[in-house]
Amino acid sequence: MLEVSGLHLWRGDRHVLKGVSLRLQAGEALQMLWPNGVGKTSLLRVVAGLLPAESGSVQWNGQSTTTHVEAFAHDLAYLGHDLALKADLTVAENLRYALGLRRAWNAGLVRTTLQQLGIDPLADRLVRQLSAGQQRRVALARLTLWDARLWLLDEPAANLDATGQAQVVAVIEQHLAVGGCVLLSTHQALPVQQGINRLWHLPQETA
Amino acid sequence: MTSRPSLYAAALLILQRDLRLAVRRPGEWLQPVAFFICVTLLFPLALDPAPERLRQLAPAALWIAALLSSVLAIDFLFREDGRDGTLEQFALSGQSFTGLVLAKTLTHWLLTGLPLAVAAPLAAVALGAPTAAIPGVLLALLLGSISLSLLGSIGAGLTLGLRRGGTLVSLIVLPLAIPALVFGAQATDLAIRSEPAAAPLYLLAALAVLGLTLAPVASAAAVRIGLE
Repeated sequence: MLEVSGLHLWRGDRHVLKGVSLRLQAGEALQMLWPNGVGKTSLLRVVAGLLPAESGSVQWNGQSTTTHVEAFAHDLAYLGHDLALKADLTVAENLRYALGLRRAWNAGLVRTTLQQLGIDPLADRLVRQLSAGQQRRVALARLTLWDARLWLLDEPAANLDATGQAQVVAVIEQHLAVGGCVLLSTHQALPVQQGINRLWHLPQETA
Repeated sequence: MTSRPSLYAAALLILQRDLRLAVRRPGEWLQPVAFFICVTLLFPLALDPAPERLRQLAPAALWIAALLSSVLAIDFLFREDGRDGTLEQFALSGQSFTGLVLAKTLTHWLLTGLPLAVAAPLAAVALGAPTAAIPGVLLALLLGSISLSLLGSIGAGLTLGLRRGGTLVSLIVLPLAIPALVFGAQATDLAIRSEPAAAPLYLLAALAVLGLTLAPVASAAAVRIGLE
């Protein structure tokens, strides 16, 4: 489904991505366990289309993501370092406005998703009143509700306690079970049991 | 898979979201209009307060204050959405990014340009303009503030990736705003002197249409570069 080949990226005089290639199938999770500063976030941003690479290609379902932008966007959900949550809006409002750009609002589905992540009592709370971990769970709820097949996650378990990390794993497993695929960066491997779970230790390797 | 909402629905949602945020954080949109009123009201204190002299200076005072206020306001346009990742999500939403940037710019105009236009006739009267000049002054500021917001969106986009882009925004926007300033001040002057102001108003309208056509494309491209 996702095929990345020969990506080269320069940031100033730093050669960040040196011919990175990877393949990701339906029901598969690929966890990047690269050391800090070697381009995990850059790779996720290049794959998402937020950062143009000097050379190489990204294909989704056999089509270039740069020429079939809309089809790729339809299948893509990206969770970066910044969670894109508005501090002065409630959890429900944040979800409403984020979801409204991509799909119809479904109050029942939103409630169920919030319950799954254990944040349904926070629905009417302003995001500024939530802890960093709770905010990350709201972002995960948004990710689930987007109904996209490819997830690109930049350290999804950061700021989460053990329960929160287990919920992240559960959400990812649920996504893999329905044929989704996940490319994520993390410092510690997440114990994903469902589907195919691969660990990628060094950017020089082809995954 | 579900069908994607139309661009119109997405734009309305952005409008609704930004208006709600503005209600919760009134300081952001009240500051520029308060600055505008302060500057225009300081003129009589700094000058000879003879009504005739104030009337002559009113167009320049109104437009320079409006220009500086709009530059002050432009910092709020993309900065927070850029910082918290919202613009990234807009770019990946599958909606027209240019359309979403235009929706944000028009919402920003509603919150900052429109209050300026509404406050301008009051400031003009305070500077000695006759009440008959109010429709002309209002129309000139309405049209001019649209151009200023659109030009400002380009400057805000170009400086998005910079830590301290405030001064640079001014340096980018102020020279581009000269035509709006010239025609706007002329229209206001003619309105205050009770003379026909149609010609500069048409030119201001033409500038607004030109801005609506070109600025969203330029600012969307600038924002995309800023996101890198």
